[in-house]
Amino acid sequence: MMRVFVEGIGLLGPGLENWSAGREILAGRADYLPQPTQMRVCDMLPAAERRRAGVPIKLALAVGLEALQQAGRETGTAATVFTSSGGDNDNVHAINTILATAPREVSPTRFHNSVHNAAAGYWCIAAGSREPSTSLCAHDASFAAGLLESAVQVAVDRAVVALIAYDHPYPQPLHAVRPITAAFGLALLLTPERSETSLAMLELDWQPGPVTETMMQEPALEALRLGVPVARGLPVLAALAGSAATQVDLAYLTDSHLRVRVSPC
Amino acid sequence: MRSRRSGLSACQFEDVDLETYIAKVPALDAYAIRPDLAAHDCRNNRLAQLGLEQDGFAEVVAAAKRSYGAHRIGVFLGTSTSGILQTELAYRRLDPQTGQLPPDFQYAETQNSYSLAGFVARYLGLTGPSFVVSSACSSSAKVFANAARMMEAGVCDAVVVGGVDSLCLSTLYGFNSLGLVSRLPCRPYDAERDGISVGEGAGFALIERARPDARGMLLLGVGESSDAYHMSTPHPEGLGAQLAMHRALTSAGLVADDIDYINLHGTATRSNDTSEGKAIAEVFGSRVPCSSTKGWTGHLLGAAGITEAIISMLTIEHGFIPGSLNTQQLDPALAIDYRIEGSSARVERVLSNSFGFGGSNCSLVLGKTA
Repeated sequence: MMRVFVEGIGLLGPGLENWSAGREILAGRADYLPQPTQMRVCDMLPAAERRRAGVPIKLALAVGLEALQQAGRETGTAATVFTSSGGDNDNVHAINTILATAPREVSPTRFHNSVHNAAAGYWCIAAGSREPSTSLCAHDASFAAGLLESAVQVAVDRAVVALIAYDHPYPQPLHAVRPITAAFGLALLLTPERSETSLAMLELDWQPGPVTETMMQEPALEALRLGVPVARGLPVLAALAGSAATQVDLAYLTDSHLRVRVSPC
Repeated sequence: MRSRRSGLSACQFEDVDLETYIAKVPALDAYAIRPDLAAHDCRNNRLAQLGLEQDGFAEVVAAAKRSYGAHRIGVFLGTSTSGILQTELAYRRLDPQTGQLPPDFQYAETQNSYSLAGFVARYLGLTGPSFVVSSACSSSAKVFANAARMMEAGVCDAVVVGGVDSLCLSTLYGFNSLGLVSRLPCRPYDAERDGISVGEGAGFALIERARPDARGMLLLGVGESSDAYHMSTPHPEGLGAQLAMHRALTSAGLVADDIDYINLHGTATRSNDTSEGKAIAEVFGSRVPCSSTKGWTGHLLGAAGITEAIISMLTIEHGFIPGSLNTQQLDPALAIDYRIEGSSARVERVLSNSFGFGGSNCSLVLGKTA
């Protein structure tokens, strides 16, 4: 069992403007009104980089910055774990289209933005962070994988870790084979010790065998949870929005799961 | 490496019209994926399976599975492009009426980055935690850090680490657009070096806790850092690289003079070798023999870290420092002990560097049991 503390939360999704508004919705104190994700302007990036950045980079930076600001920590001080099922899906589509026709002129920016760790690269530049950073993918379990790896880093390295999870839709024709319904990002700033700003304690266990996943009660939020790979993390945020200790079970693909006990501080 | 035979040849891959050299695994074109995993069939997973079938690796994992249980063995693998070639080729076969992908296209099993770990876990029958690390060319070095942490946290008793990257158009045309592809076989640390040779490869290692009576190779330390400088150009003074190497030494409880050989990232681009060479000079001076082995393998991208970790362990096992292929005239601006010729030497501890786009750096320290 690993124990970590949550000091900051970032959220951006359809009808989920940020954590302070989203918390009210996830706690059931405000209605959930689904609407297209309103990307917020993130002034972390210099203008030139901001022009080159696609949706996933903007999502990742927005939620990461929100979590660190809430914790009152400098952006350069946290190690980072980025996780996403897809990376920059608009860019993947564009590159495949360019490569299918002559001339095959993939621009340098398109190419370097195509790496799965593009968001991590932009974050480290914008945050001025030389701390370790990793970029993970586990298909529909990408959130659980990111949370597991983040908790392990906090527990073993005693590091302060920002977990930044994001996904956004593919254009057609890839959308038909991998439907992702919305642009969605969330971030958790995790620390090894309880502090005055700690919001909650998480106790995590990776366990073999399938599990009945914790679902969202509100049908539209449950549709979001299932519609976006990393939105599988929504039940953890819902538990963080509440005031009672809660157990959340996250499927880790088909044959294992991550059990998370959330205890508000 | 002793016979200085390179894996590079003039580029003949699909209908790629670039004048360059590549390291291609010819056996893949007519290679069959295991029938029960047919949905995963793509160049990258074929290469993964071919890798798993070498050197009795799958048998060693089967033995570990019997002693620990399938769910106690993790699978953490690196790749940069996974099965993207499958998507590149499918985009040429879109339905002319609907624009849809062909019905045989399998997204999750080929294109998705996780495809590799999903395939390998199924092939080996492992059910422990699994994910793909995709941080470009540092990916399959960083998985060693994941493995060490997961075992220390008690989540796993053993871990299959490694990496697989296979030739695809995205990589070849992408690196070409950045002016980073050489028309000649790559010349690491040469004064006239002008770019990489793209390669494909697969490598795996099984990591377990060291038992007191164990004999074999040891992961002594890992250091990770970020450049915070530029997406596709390393920090000019190699600050991120220095930090990764210092952290690896600290994690191993060693100092610079304890290292007997450094396997460099050494991609043969102007900027990488300058940045890394300056970082080596800063951390190690000119006291430690160094070389890049990419003249033999090409740049294996997401498989570079594991390949060079394995080469590093082979230098220890065989007491042989490999030198550098295609390098004629060393860059006089880099004051390090760069070896062009191979030589026999007692090698106890090796540092291996892997650096990737996005400023992702990882250094490993490997050694052997007493």
